[in-house]
Amino acid sequence: MNDVLLDIRGVTKRFGAVRALDDVSLQLRAGERLALLGHNGAGKTTLFRAILGFIAPDSGSLSIAGHAPGVLQARRTIAFLPENVAFPKALTGREVIALFARLKGEPVSAADDAMARVGLADAADRRSGTYSKGMRQRLGLAQALLGRPRLLVLDEPTSGLDPLSRNDLYAILAEISQSGAAILLSSHSLTEVEAETDRVSIMRSGRVVADASLRSLHQDAGLPIRIRVKASDETIGEVSGTLGGTRLNGASLELLCPASDKMARLAAISRLGEKVIDVDISTPSLDDVYRHFSARDGREDRQ
Amino acid sequence: MIAHIQAIAATEWRIGMRNRWVLLATCLLLLFSLVLAFLGAAPVGEVKAGRLSVTIASLTTLSVYLVPLISLLLTFDTIAGESERGTLPLLLATPVSRSSVIAGKFLGHVAVLALAITVGFGIAGGLVLALYGGTATDIAALVRLTATAIALGAAFCAIGTIISASTRQSGTAAALAIAVWLIAVVLYDLGLLGLLISAGEGTFARTIFPWLLLANPADAFRLYNLSALDLGSTATGIAGAADGLTFPPIVALGVIGLWIIASLTTAIAVFRRVEP
Repeated sequence: MNDVLLDIRGVTKRFGAVRALDDVSLQLRAGERLALLGHNGAGKTTLFRAILGFIAPDSGSLSIAGHAPGVLQARRTIAFLPENVAFPKALTGREVIALFARLKGEPVSAADDAMARVGLADAADRRSGTYSKGMRQRLGLAQALLGRPRLLVLDEPTSGLDPLSRNDLYAILAEISQSGAAILLSSHSLTEVEAETDRVSIMRSGRVVADASLRSLHQDAGLPIRIRVKASDETIGEVSGTLGGTRLNGASLELLCPASDKMARLAAISRLGEKVIDVDISTPSLDDVYRHFSARDGREDRQ
Repeated sequence: MIAHIQAIAATEWRIGMRNRWVLLATCLLLLFSLVLAFLGAAPVGEVKAGRLSVTIASLTTLSVYLVPLISLLLTFDTIAGESERGTLPLLLATPVSRSSVIAGKFLGHVAVLALAITVGFGIAGGLVLALYGGTATDIAALVRLTATAIALGAAFCAIGTIISASTRQSGTAAALAIAVWLIAVVLYDLGLLGLLISAGEGTFARTIFPWLLLANPADAFRLYNLSALDLGSTATGIAGAADGLTFPPIVALGVIGLWIIASLTTAIAVFRRVEP
């Protein structure tokens, strides 16, 4: 258990009548990359604030490498990047990072290294007010890279980044996690984090509704495979009678079946021979999986 | 701890130096000082008081209005602005303590303010000195005025920091800062005058009023400088009402010191309760 850098157990936090966090448990080990997904208001930012020790949970416990959130050792362990950070416009990039280097007890030369690592070395002496959104985000990341943090907490690090800078960011994160740091990042898009994280947690209304690798998320979701069968006007009646399913516009038919039944259904379709003109199979996409877990139902909407 | 305070103070200083309106505040202070020094002191004529002393009396009155205003404008955004820009959680996620953040920001702001005041009063006072001459006492009075104006500014910087730490919106903080300024330098004196007039000569005027006057750092500043100048009848306004009251001028300085300490302590206490 020594390499568990973040250990969250049964954390609940209420704001008035709203349960912002509801019995949340999460563990994160050294070298692991975990993406936290969920709609706005699902509780991701509240969870981050609890991890950073800004708010105290009503019940449950959090531990950062064995320390309580917010204590000095915990703050030395964590590097944080908030969503949409805007540094003082009058300061140059280097001055901003040098300030954080000093606050983190690092030599000021570490600022230059961090700036180079995020590709801002050439812009280091320009005022941060002249930076583009992507550059500001990279400046924030440079600050988070100072002082070899063991746990990186990044709130929507890719929001507002173009695909190229997004790839750069994930490349840096991969490098950091290989050196043994744990990374917790939040995102809106499962598709985006697919190749970039080891595990995915999905939050909905303050609860963690899924916490697994992407592959097992696919299985857990148990979303049906969609098969579309096209027949001719003459044969559609017979095809429909044999296969069941829902009739679509005239001569087409849609079948939903669990992944395990896929081959049996396809065999049944092929037995119909030339009565079937075309078959189209679509497996659930990552967005479908995400929607499945994060969609709110009526009961929760009322909360 | 010390390194953190230094780092934050240096950053505030840098931001202040690049901030156009700090330059504007310095120019404003200098302009007003020059106007008072050369136009306001013109009718002195044959009066016994030296030209520089009269200028200093004018500058004292100017400071009562301008220095708290500049201080509050310098500080109202210091925490609320970070909260709005999203840098506050970032700052507080680092190993820096909240008291270091307040102390660093306070020192940085006071340094900026000290520069503005020293430049403004120094140039105006220096010109009067060069053109009309002055005694060592006059020069001491100028130094005293500059030092106490910085102290007065420090008190209002600390008050501005409380305001900034108690709200999340810059706009609200700005409104609060203006309200505090109005109350401290305008309404408080008006209220006291009203009380004094309605109470007439009596216990209130002799025992309670001077202490109420002294409780306001802006009035304490004015009392200290005008009583130290010993201009007698030249001292006008509400300070004249307190003329001849018996407390040592040093008490007025103590009041400003108390305001600085109490406000800083309050700012730290308020900031500790902030959940970024």
